[in-house]
Amino acid sequence: MDRIPILKFGELLLVTIQVDMHDRLVMALQEDLTERIVSNRARGVLIDISALEIVDSFIGRMLGNIAGMARMLDAQTVVVGMQPAVAITLVELGLSLTGVRTALNVERGMRLLRPAAAEQ
Amino acid sequence: MNAPVRSRLPEILRGRESAILSEWVRLQIETDGRRRVSPDSIRQQSRELLAAICDAVRHDTSGVITTPEWAAARGVVDRLTHSTLSEGASASEVAMFVFSLKQPIFAELRREYAGDAQLLADETWFANTAVDRLGLYATEVYQKARNEIIMRQQAEMLELSTPVVQLWQGILALPLIGTLDSARTQVVMENLLAALVRENAEIAIIDITGVPTVDTLVAQHLLKTVAAARLMGAECIISGIRPQIAQTIIHLGVDLANVITKATLADAFSVALRRAGATITRAGAQPHAVTA
Repeated sequence: MDRIPILKFGELLLVTIQVDMHDRLVMALQEDLTERIVSNRARGVLIDISALEIVDSFIGRMLGNIAGMARMLDAQTVVVGMQPAVAITLVELGLSLTGVRTALNVERGMRLLRPAAAEQ
Repeated sequence: MNAPVRSRLPEILRGRESAILSEWVRLQIETDGRRRVSPDSIRQQSRELLAAICDAVRHDTSGVITTPEWAAARGVVDRLTHSTLSEGASASEVAMFVFSLKQPIFAELRREYAGDAQLLADETWFANTAVDRLGLYATEVYQKARNEIIMRQQAEMLELSTPVVQLWQGILALPLIGTLDSARTQVVMENLLAALVRENAEIAIIDITGVPTVDTLVAQHLLKTVAAARLMGAECIISGIRPQIAQTIIHLGVDLANVITKATLADAFSVALRRAGATITRAGAQPHAVTA
């Protein structure tokens, strides 16, 4: 089965979603990511969804859930590069992902996460 | 319809075409309705339409003007209506142009059937129906053309009314003017989000100075736009809130607590500058951070 690669970047984990998400894929990502946060003792997670063009309510909720789980495991999560169409869809679905930090692109997301990584 | 077995209207029309035309033109010039149009062009238009009607009647005396035989006449009405519409004619002027043809035709029929009341009534009825239908068709064309103009203007207004301007590097402003409805808000939202990506901007100021009223729906739309921008990693500031609007928003129970709101665009801009890490200094003065 396809899996979304998780890259280690010092104290940070980098997840780049390059394909359209489906339910099994996002469930696998949730499992892999929580495992990796614990095993790598990651302090920050950056999820790049700039290539994601279609979301449904499940994927949207899972994005929020993954961020919540990461926070519970003491890793800051930033979702970066959301496309306008995706943002509008999520808002229309009533999923405004409160509590999830967002940034326009990877560079800015990194800047948000750096203090978290430097704390160590 | 009580049309005669074989109407003699085609022959009458053809035989007396020039007489009918000059009478029709005279009537039109005499009435006040078409003052805007010069006598020359009245004559020109009338000749065209009358010729087309004569032609149509020769092939089809059913009085139903939707048949292919009447296509040429309908085409003339189409063209004339469009040209008079662009000259600013009203719907009744357009209709009266066609309806005024009745009088000269009826006069001719009366002359022709002076001795036969039955035939006169039949022929009059037939001519009456055909001209009526043509007149109604003209008003329909007029209405359709007007609707097209309205639709086009609406689309143009939609394009014009949602400019996204760059105030500073990374700071965008969206001055909203006019009432916000769902369709407009959708365009506004899409434009703003696209501009955020394009300009790589982190802060957007939505200025509602020009929005006359804010109801729950408008407030909802604003909140949605702010939420969508936040999802993309940008922050929104709502500015230009007038005292009345602040009162309405609170009375409506809309929660804007999570949104930065400022009374004026200037205040919002200085907040945005501060967030972007820029300072404003007076020339010659010591630099100091802007305060909101």
